[in-house]
Amino acid sequence: MNHDSYNDAYIREILNTVKTVAMVGASPQNVRPSYFVFKYLAERGYDMIPTNPGQVGKSLLGKPFVASLREIGRPIDMIDIFRSAEHVMPIVDIALTLDPLPKVVWMQLGVRHDEAAAKLEAAGIKVVMNRCPKIEYGRLSSEIQWMGVNSRTLSSKRAPIPTQGMRLSLNRSSVGGGSTAAADRVAQQNNKDKNDTA
Amino acid sequence: MNDRIPGFGTLAVHAGAQPDPTTGARATPIYQTTSFVFNDADHAASLFGLQSFGNIYTRITNPTTAVLEERVAALEGGTAALAVASGHAAQLVVFQQLLQPGDEFIASRKLYGGSINQFSHAFKSFGWNVVWADPDDVPSFERAVTDKTKAIFIESIANPAGSITDIEAVAAVARKAGVPLIVDNTLATPYLIKPIDHGADIVVHSLTKFLGGHGNSLGGIIVDAGTFDWSKGNKYPVLSEPRPEYHGIKLQETFGNFAFAIACRVLGLRDLGPALSPFNAFLIQTGIETLPLRMQRHSDNAKAVAEWLSAHPKVAAVNYSGLSDNRYHTLARKYAPKGAGAVFTFSLKGGYDAGVSLVSNLKLFSHLANVGDTRSLVIHPASTTHSQLDDEAKTRSGAGPDVVRLSVGIEDKEDLIADLEQALNA
Ligand SMILES: Cc1ncc(COP(=O)(O)O)c(C=O)c1O
Repeated sequence: MNHDSYNDAYIREILNTVKTVAMVGASPQNVRPSYFVFKYLAERGYDMIPTNPGQVGKSLLGKPFVASLREIGRPIDMIDIFRSAEHVMPIVDIALTLDPLPKVVWMQLGVRHDEAAAKLEAAGIKVVMNRCPKIEYGRLSSEIQWMGVNSRTLSSKRAPIPTQGMRLSLNRSSVGGGSTAAADRVAQQNNKDKNDTA
Repeated sequence: MNDRIPGFGTLAVHAGAQPDPTTGARATPIYQTTSFVFNDADHAASLFGLQSFGNIYTRITNPTTAVLEERVAALEGGTAALAVASGHAAQLVVFQQLLQPGDEFIASRKLYGGSINQFSHAFKSFGWNVVWADPDDVPSFERAVTDKTKAIFIESIANPAGSITDIEAVAAVARKAGVPLIVDNTLATPYLIKPIDHGADIVVHSLTKFLGGHGNSLGGIIVDAGTFDWSKGNKYPVLSEPRPEYHGIKLQETFGNFAFAIACRVLGLRDLGPALSPFNAFLIQTGIETLPLRMQRHSDNAKAVAEWLSAHPKVAAVNYSGLSDNRYHTLARKYAPKGAGAVFTFSLKGGYDAGVSLVSNLKLFSHLANVGDTRSLVIHPASTTHSQLDDEAKTRSGAGPDVVRLSVGIEDKEDLIADLEQALNA
């Protein structure tokens, strides 16, 4: 699996099928990216579980924090890792002990761990790295267009009027990665540079 | 749901637009409103805190303008764009994100005269110091780099002389210096040149010209290529450090490869205020739907007019990079193979006086200070757009006293040539 760029069909299938999402490293501070993403995905109908051992006893948007993936006690479709790369492996090792296994492990923007990805994929788990599910959801639904962002999708269909809490259709036709090829190329080069110096 | 990459013409018509969810209107409605209601207090708070996508107030976002933004981002191959009130506003907003007082940026000497003024005077009063370099001598950019340099600025096709800048060579200097390359792509448009493919990190436009294309609306736009790492070396604290305006959000960390466009919007446009009117956004995006057709016709007409002029006995020289004997012809073939644009200059053997009388004798060309209209336009830069420069700077920027500038429109080329012929013979 190439983790430098993902085709939209791969991301779309993940966001269209997962329901329960455990966010490891969720922060109750409302200026942290994890809070943004947690809130956005909850508003779009995902069953969000905040996971952070330092916050047990508190809750995030009404959902109680759990200390660890092991303590969730019900199947999780996706784990969204909001921790830097050096903390990824121990989380992945726990993920691999869950029964049933999660279907997807998603690592946030700026987080990439090829070894962990290989381990997960060997167990049949899909992996997304260095992406943000909020940005991808906003992009594939074209909702992110409000901010002038290139959604790289086109549609001649009339979409339903978006209302609060509604899941948006992600099934627009994709323009391919091509239109932001320059940004993808740089991301790939940066990752290569990082690996070369590591 | 295929990942087919649509062509330029398809993106020019469709990117960013979809039928209106409420009414089914197929053309993008003009959302001529200042503000948008919130669902509840929590929705308001999440919009103000940048946690949700949505509209608050037309100074920051507007659904009509957003269509224009996504369309230009798609045509340029960028990750995001921000439309503003004019090309000059775009430049102001870009530099405000990059420079602190006392910082420097390097700019090509061959620029639109208004940009030379903006950089030399207005920016200086903010403590942003321009250092000029010669686009025909790329090492002059490298020599100008200091530890205060924060950006490099060039025009892809320079106004007024239509010269072509070696974007890749300047991009290499910028990369080595660790600063973003900003390209003003106004005269080329992404139909002729896509600067991001050649290493630009930020593209700016005056939408007033060929993109809008009909001489009816001012506008400007900033396109983020998503290629620059703003956190390296702590040179761009606006993007890499917590923002006090937003309770400590770090923009690059939060918005990844479109953080620069977001900074321009939520800091630059929000605080400086040069918002584009939704009505202008509508007119400009309607213009963009025909950009590939118009731009090809503009370029083909310009080439025909330039060829005709260069054979005329009263003409001393024609500076059009689309002509095979032009010093920029090799660069034009590399960067703009479909055509070298529609703005160029020529000089008359009769000098300044012959230029002034030509302008007054033309009947179809309009004498005015703009370029990139459907109509053909003419001006004498030395006495107008470039009049505030000293004589040496005029000549250096390609606007010497004997120079006449044309912006060739999309009329029938035979009529344009006939008009020039009667005016030269009058
Ligand atoms: C190359 C170029 N850049 C920028 C501008 C400034 O744009 P505006 O007039 O929309 O502020 C112009 C206007 O002539 C231009 O020709």
